[in-house]
Amino acid sequence: MTDINIIKLTAAEIAAKIASGELTAVQVTEAHLARIEAVDEKVHAFLHVDREGALAQAREVDAKRERGEKLGPLAGVPLALKDIFTTKGIPTTVGSKILEGWIPPYDATLTKRLKDADVVILGKTNMDEFAMGSSTENSAYGPTGNPWDLTKIPGGSGGGSSAALAAYEAPLAIGTDTGGSIRQPAAVTGTVGVKPTYGSVSRYGMVAFSSSLDQGGPCARTVLDAALLHEVIAGHDPMDSTSIDAPVPPVVEAARNGSVAGMRVGVVKQFRGEGYQAGVVQRFDESVELLKELGAEIVELDCPSFDLALAAYYLIAPSECSSNLARFDGLRYGLRAGDDGTRSAEDVTALTREAGFGPEVKRRVMLGTYALSSGYYDAYYGSAQKVRTLITRDFEKAFEQVDVIVSPTTPTTAFAIGERADDPMAMYLADLCTIPTNLAGNAAMSLPCGLAPEDNLPVGLQIIAPALKDDRLYKVGAAVEAAFTARWGHHLLEEAPSL
Amino acid sequence: MTVTELVSYEDALASYDPVMGLEVHVELGTKTKMFCGCSTELGADPNTQTCPVCLGMPGALPVVNATGVESAIKIGLALHCEIAEWCRFARKNYFYPDMPKNFQTSQYDEPIAFNGYLDVQLEDGEVFRVEIERAHMEEDTGKSTHVGGATGRIHGAQHSLLDYNRAGIPLIEIVTKPIEGAGERAPEVAKAYVAELRELIKALGVSEARMEMGQMRCDVNLSLRPHGREKFGTRSETKNVNSLRSVERAVRFEVQRHASVLSAGGTIVQETRHFHEEDGSTTSGRIKEEAEDYRYFPEPDLVPVAPSREWVEELRGTLPELPRVRRNRLREDWGVTEHDMQSILNAGAVDLIVATVEAGADSAAARKWWMGELARSANESGTDLAALPITPAQVARVAALVAEGSLNDKLARQVIEGVLAGEGDPDAVVDKRGLKVVSDDSALGAAVDEAIAANAAIADKIRGGKVAAAGALVGAVMKATRGQADAARVRELILERLGVEG
Repeated sequence: MTDINIIKLTAAEIAAKIASGELTAVQVTEAHLARIEAVDEKVHAFLHVDREGALAQAREVDAKRERGEKLGPLAGVPLALKDIFTTKGIPTTVGSKILEGWIPPYDATLTKRLKDADVVILGKTNMDEFAMGSSTENSAYGPTGNPWDLTKIPGGSGGGSSAALAAYEAPLAIGTDTGGSIRQPAAVTGTVGVKPTYGSVSRYGMVAFSSSLDQGGPCARTVLDAALLHEVIAGHDPMDSTSIDAPVPPVVEAARNGSVAGMRVGVVKQFRGEGYQAGVVQRFDESVELLKELGAEIVELDCPSFDLALAAYYLIAPSECSSNLARFDGLRYGLRAGDDGTRSAEDVTALTREAGFGPEVKRRVMLGTYALSSGYYDAYYGSAQKVRTLITRDFEKAFEQVDVIVSPTTPTTAFAIGERADDPMAMYLADLCTIPTNLAGNAAMSLPCGLAPEDNLPVGLQIIAPALKDDRLYKVGAAVEAAFTARWGHHLLEEAPSL
Repeated sequence: MTVTELVSYEDALASYDPVMGLEVHVELGTKTKMFCGCSTELGADPNTQTCPVCLGMPGALPVVNATGVESAIKIGLALHCEIAEWCRFARKNYFYPDMPKNFQTSQYDEPIAFNGYLDVQLEDGEVFRVEIERAHMEEDTGKSTHVGGATGRIHGAQHSLLDYNRAGIPLIEIVTKPIEGAGERAPEVAKAYVAELRELIKALGVSEARMEMGQMRCDVNLSLRPHGREKFGTRSETKNVNSLRSVERAVRFEVQRHASVLSAGGTIVQETRHFHEEDGSTTSGRIKEEAEDYRYFPEPDLVPVAPSREWVEELRGTLPELPRVRRNRLREDWGVTEHDMQSILNAGAVDLIVATVEAGADSAAARKWWMGELARSANESGTDLAALPITPAQVARVAALVAEGSLNDKLARQVIEGVLAGEGDPDAVVDKRGLKVVSDDSALGAAVDEAIAANAAIADKIRGGKVAAAGALVGAVMKATRGQADAARVRELILERLGVEG
């Protein structure tokens, strides 16, 4: 099999071919490393490629197979890991200068689970600094290009992971989603991304942005691949107090048995209107029609509190981040600036933070510090928490009437790099449809639903399920994916220009 | 405003009424830290008991130590507090190099225990009730050593060494409500409160509460108000007052200092102050220009703590007798005065006496030896009573030998001396030193006859009915037998020979 054929395989196919001996893990890894070598200069999906580590891991998988040992369902499948998860011995920067050169002494729980499942970690992917952003332009190490059009953003914060998938540099990737950082990149790159229920994927070793919102999750090119990865990374972790001690929902089974027949699907009034691109609305409406054709009942929903979600998010997330990022003081790890032997610890900390954090991070740390300060707490952080409760209640009411909710993932297709760089509000609007889910803690997926006619760029369909019902995302997602693939005659990514 | 001449304590009290608030931090004696599995053992090499969690590494997350929560509930129950049905940890945000995350995981407006009291007994037996505001859980910080400065403080230091072994050790902070009405006894009340709290913590077995090891630390808040006024004055907060004596001295000094400032027409600055062991004074620390804003918010990395009522009741059932109650019971059992009990307490002899009684001695004998011979010995060698190389069981054996008449007090003292000198058990010392009371009549008879012969005048007095004079003859016999005679038997023999009824 040629390299170009290998990199187009799905994760499920790769795993099957390695298990049967048709391919070796080393072959698969080398094909992807060659692809990265060939295209990543243009795409810039990776911050760090761990060539040696990946090959060593692949050799170990092949040796295991030869010894007749049992292999995991994703054994030998390469993966691109967002640079927010700690990797023992491998740099972890979180897209920030402040952690440049830091080599973590420990593996995140998610990293460990991937290794234990014999998944081959190719390297660490680019991201908005500390996952703050919707375009990956806030990375301290330069932007990532969208493989559909390298002058466009690949989404953010997990633009490196989504771009790596769309550019066939890896069949699987890991993202984290605080306000849409898995789903919005998936939408604008024509890939699949899932934010699992809060607490289902361990946050231990995932550098915190906003602890009560952050959630790691799977990214892939197909719904089934996402499910296979979901099953590997989810599950209770005693190292994370907020981790849910319950069985992982049957996501793989759901992905293999896609169907919406008899399901009630909600469409929320608040997820349309001003600011939504015409082509996005058109593809979304077609998706709703498709769901109807497939046997779903469509229910109109009113969730008034969703209009407040963005405002609440931009108080809660910055508040938590202002505290989470306090530890970056230049004393114990990472960057230390201005330590010339004459300055006080306080001054060195200030200079380090001044030099090490980018403008968006500083903006949010300042916003959060202000929102938590005495005299303002009730008006800002306190009110935002109340809105959060209202949003959760709106979801609860909605899920009394429907099994899942659908919406566009993001109001527009990929915008040009630089276009919104000086307009934080415009940037924040990219997460309008994704944020309510983070605030409520339930599960959501984005999958491709076509190209917007006006710019030929991918549009994402978001599916939202109640907490702990992640399997519904896969059941619905698989049905929609199968129907669209049948209609188009191919996977949407086939329409992307070759790099 | 600086004060050169302090107003006398009596003068201060003549015009002002002190109000105190005491904040005591107790390091729990859990095996592992509050939020990670690192050891809490003291004395290890710097930074050897650390992990990504207690070093605040990026990505690391806390997990609550269940034993820490249990200890907190026990302390709360022993302080007659209500125990929260549901409470959260909170982050206290401020930058300091010995705090790895630059926030302390603590509790804010939802403490695990609240609204309690502790009755403390002053030396004269008066009981003073100290109301408890709250007891909450938090983590300790690391330890900074500032090198090169004149003061040992961070300002002016050339560099600082940081040891994070202590970072994350569980702490319980116990905060009193304002303590009013103690008047001139404020320093005594403060000391008695901390002492009582320490006894309580030890009795609960949740910490050794050794103040000299920093396992228990006290901050003293103090303000004065003119007699008759209700509104509190501005307070000062004297940090890290780390012995019982220092607590008393710090309160006394601050009363005098505040009074000096106020009576000179000055105003008290709200500030933290440092206490100086050498002379019992305090000096200004950091002035809080604005109230420090810690930006508390609920810790999102931890789930709420919701102790079930069943568990709380189960823990209540395991509480030991409270130290004050126990002391009063023992005082009554032993039949001693308030004052004597206080001396026993001050000498650290309560548990030793109890153990000696448990080993078979009667309480009077146990008290006599521990508070007499042994207290003197401890005093001379400058050690704690409990550190003497003699066990309650050994003391009980000595007491038994005296009770059965094998030893008299003088010989018993020699036996104890032998045990302390490492000569072995009481019985071994008796054998080796040949310390046995001589009560054999034939052996004593000759000595008694000799004594009567040598003191004819006294013998006549006794014959004449002055029985009390027999003491002089007993003394002579004891002298002749080098103390080994059984004095009671000697007296009987003397009276018998002289034909007098005893």
